[in-house]
Amino acid sequence: MSQEVTKEFNIDTVENAAGTPDVELPWAELGLKDNEFAEIVKILGRRPTAAELAMYSVMWSEHCSYKSTKNHLRQFGQKVTDEMKKDLMVGIGENAGVTDLGDGWAVTFKIESHNSPSYVEPYQGAATGIGGIVRDIISMGARPIAVMDPLRFGAIDHEDSQRVVHGVVSGIGGYGNSLGLPNIGGETVFDPIYQGNPLVNALAVGALRHEDLRLANASGVGNKVVLFGARTGGDGIGGASVLASESFDDTKPSKRPAVQVGDPFAEKVLIECCLELFKASLVEGIQDLGAAGISCATSELASNGEGGMQVELTDVLLRDSTLTPGEILMSESQERMMAVVTPENVEAFEAVMAKWNVEYSWLGEVTDTDRLIITWKGEVIVDVDPKTVAHDGPVYDRPYARPEWQDALQADTFKSSQAGKNLPATGEELKAAVLELIASPNMCDKSWITNQYDRYVGGNTALASPDDSGVVRIDESTGLGVAIATDANGRYTYLDPYAGAQLALAESYRNVATSGAIPAAVSDCLNYGSPEDSDVMWQLAEGIRGLSDACMELGVPVTGGNVSLYNQTGDKAIHPTPVVATLGKFDDVARRTPSGWREEADGQAIYLIGSTKDELDGSEFANLRGHLGGLPPKVDLAAEKELGAILINASRDGMIDSAHDLSEGGLAAALSEMVLRFGVGARVALDEIKDRDGIDSFTALFSETQARAVVAVPRSEEVRFNDMTSARGVTVARLGIVDAQSGSLEVQGEFTVSVDELREANEGTMKKYFG
Amino acid sequence: MPRIVVDVMLKPEILDPQGKAIAGALPRLGFTSFEAVRQGKRFELSVDGEVTEEILAQAREAAETLLSNPVIEDVVNVEVVED
Amino acid sequence: MSTELPLIGDYSTPSTELSGARIGVVTFPGTLDDRDAARAVRAAGAEAVSLWHADTDLQDVDAVVIPGGFSYGDYLRAGAISRFAPMMAKIADAANSEAKLPVLGICNGFQILTESHLLPGSMIKNDHLKFICRDQLLRVENNQTAWTNGFEAGQEITIVLKNQDGQYVADEKVLDELEAENRIAFSYVGWNPNGSRRSIAGISNKAGNVVGLMPHPEHAIEVGFGPDARGTDGLTFFTSVLTHLVGGKK
Repeated sequence: MSQEVTKEFNIDTVENAAGTPDVELPWAELGLKDNEFAEIVKILGRRPTAAELAMYSVMWSEHCSYKSTKNHLRQFGQKVTDEMKKDLMVGIGENAGVTDLGDGWAVTFKIESHNSPSYVEPYQGAATGIGGIVRDIISMGARPIAVMDPLRFGAIDHEDSQRVVHGVVSGIGGYGNSLGLPNIGGETVFDPIYQGNPLVNALAVGALRHEDLRLANASGVGNKVVLFGARTGGDGIGGASVLASESFDDTKPSKRPAVQVGDPFAEKVLIECCLELFKASLVEGIQDLGAAGISCATSELASNGEGGMQVELTDVLLRDSTLTPGEILMSESQERMMAVVTPENVEAFEAVMAKWNVEYSWLGEVTDTDRLIITWKGEVIVDVDPKTVAHDGPVYDRPYARPEWQDALQADTFKSSQAGKNLPATGEELKAAVLELIASPNMCDKSWITNQYDRYVGGNTALASPDDSGVVRIDESTGLGVAIATDANGRYTYLDPYAGAQLALAESYRNVATSGAIPAAVSDCLNYGSPEDSDVMWQLAEGIRGLSDACMELGVPVTGGNVSLYNQTGDKAIHPTPVVATLGKFDDVARRTPSGWREEADGQAIYLIGSTKDELDGSEFANLRGHLGGLPPKVDLAAEKELGAILINASRDGMIDSAHDLSEGGLAAALSEMVLRFGVGARVALDEIKDRDGIDSFTALFSETQARAVVAVPRSEEVRFNDMTSARGVTVARLGIVDAQSGSLEVQGEFTVSVDELREANEGTMKKYFG
Repeated sequence: MPRIVVDVMLKPEILDPQGKAIAGALPRLGFTSFEAVRQGKRFELSVDGEVTEEILAQAREAAETLLSNPVIEDVVNVEVVED
Repeated sequence: MSTELPLIGDYSTPSTELSGARIGVVTFPGTLDDRDAARAVRAAGAEAVSLWHADTDLQDVDAVVIPGGFSYGDYLRAGAISRFAPMMAKIADAANSEAKLPVLGICNGFQILTESHLLPGSMIKNDHLKFICRDQLLRVENNQTAWTNGFEAGQEITIVLKNQDGQYVADEKVLDELEAENRIAFSYVGWNPNGSRRSIAGISNKAGNVVGLMPHPEHAIEVGFGPDARGTDGLTFFTSVLTHLVGGKK
């Protein structure tokens, strides 16, 4: 399906390049460094053509090549035991990792970032972020079944936050809802540190039968290469290399914003089209086109497969006929896929395209030459070893060192600071603090956001916001399903990058277990500042080291993920924010545990599992007082494992009806949220834990000690529950009971706050700022 | 290549929430002279060659049957624009 | 070319086939809730038959559901392009014929029915301009239609509402007529979630065989997956049509 090329270019062929070594090429403007350009010349044995230069510049950008982090990311693949690999069907390196669920089912999930584009154009940036991650899932042979979105914005009252928040939320809803994917969770954090660098991370999960698994490789010499979906236009040209390698700085001339525009209808059609292709086994390999578009798809498919591919670039269907070959290769037009099809399947493939009215063009075929050859009207404009483009890019050992200011920061503990004086002590003061906490931007109810997302489509959503994890059913006949939670804490990670990354994993692991699922796999999105800043590089190195160590200790492998660097404005970097998504397995999602008690639970006993220490540094309460310093709560992975096992077993056995883990906001937040979940009150006392743990009321309520959860246990199950926990040597304290009559949360001896008061504080904030 | 431009607006009695939101945003940007805003749609139909009366009639019919929903919209303008 | 829905691992509850009823579920490019509608049909005890928008064979179905979604991306206007599908012409004929084929239009389906003029009025953007997903309380105003005979008149039910363009508008004459002829099938109880005139959530045609509503009954049919994790009010829509088909009426 070729077309008339209306514009004639002075094509820079390979032959021409070999004969004109002294031609000046704009490699710096395309984001390459001089050593990188020199390396390209060395690899090719001549100067690159304009098209080759375009390919290398996008594929060797930070976003595509992971050049600053590859050395460190290896740890995720190295720190893995055989036990951890047991259910891993596809690990790091493919479009998304795949985990075996049993019964012939598998699940694939991944989390990715689309940060810079979301600052430039919030709606389209967020929308295309969803589009991109969903295509990664489809390309594994799976039907996407749910999405989640961890978001981080600047200050809630900053003028620019209006623009960003409204745009991002509409964009995620606009795109995700149109695909028919339920949004089952996420989180929203407001912190001035993200003002010019919002973080929009998108997660997608898909389900597949084992036999549907597809990989991104071009195998079978003579097989045809086809590009299908939307036409190629000027979207995002240079987006990958331009935006991911530079910061936003008012003093430098800004690069042309390279915004991609998404069409969710086109993607929905693409999903159904691909699923039909998979069902009829019509494709040998498939790759979605994301960052670096055709450059990436061709070099990766070739590199992973037989090693060679031949493509005629004028066969690409264009929306804009003025695009140069280099621009066509760099274009990030959305909703496109590339596949490898045997000659026998070509007709059937075309029939599926016709049914769904999807455009396609046959670009070339797989060869055994170990070269990726791209021609323009028959003349060779690209002749490279695809591995050098896709996999063997530069790898940097960026220097890093613990920042000079880290010691002082860690010494500045909350309670020793001015902000930590005059802490709430009386009942009235504690009550006011609880209300202030649950009304704060990070802790407040986020229905304003989640109500703009479809949570029901598909009919398989068993749990969604505000519960601890999103739960979706995969097999309707057995109830087999998965739970997913995403968590991160930039404040903890800033105080201690190693521990902070571990705490993110601990929290998402705990959330999954709290819902009743067995944690099985991890995907991570590492959002950091510039790797060329040795402080930031240290944060990154420590974070990867911490996360990989923790994964091994908890026995959950990283199956894939994403790194987003250069999140800074000038030299002010964001807090290191590693977002960790944990996926857990459910034999039957009917067993899932909601995060609050219903009226029928009246009289059930409320227990706090885990002991409480004095750990306020980096807490949400400290945040209320404007303080960030000291050390984050201690990581105790053995305790997290123990807690997880208890919550999962108790859920399975019917020993508990509701559970909520403790994290930001400590016990105060947990109890308030459990009461607000269904509007049913409780009567608790802090005396037992105060005596046992040697802490005061304030600490009991606001400390953020890890490995803790609150559960409601029916009276009839209490003996069993206590036997089970004491047999495992786990500390529990009976706080009180669910009180459906009271209409309030009573903390005996301290204060009573009505459900209405709690609700008004919790639900008022988003309405106030966003309408 | 000449184009036939078709303008479609919501019927006056239909409340236009998008227009209202836009009208609310204008003053915030310093544009205080406008009483109200209503948002509509503009279609451009390209014709290869001359626009005959017949072609114009086709455009009008297309406007009434597909481009607008007569229940809530009016076709307020159909005109030829030469390039 | 098979018109089977591309379902991977479709583990549907086998229908009991008690009534032998076959209910068509239409799929347009961009339709999202067809599989959920099919599930609801099966849960009610009938067989779900997939109908592809470009085909003209109604396959002798006893009733048709036009499900929700963003057919054709809601381009031009929601439902504006779908209404011209060959399948829609057949459905319109069957709905208007002696046989009075029962047709249920849900959300985008309702939009397609108004664009087709099988139902009066039209939908425009929600008055607050945002997409809204909520568990919505409705009142059943008319339990005489093919799809509502299983409800009590005035019964309050909770169904899922999720849309961007759900504001029902029509001129005063049409609204008065709908009220006078008792053709308002459902109304919103409490806060009006989108500005719909007279709080109308759903309406029927004169004969009562064609019903359209913005909320989604197919999302409220299974304990654990519906409103508040327990609502199953939506199932009655699908059992009602079976009652209607075997001649049972209120």
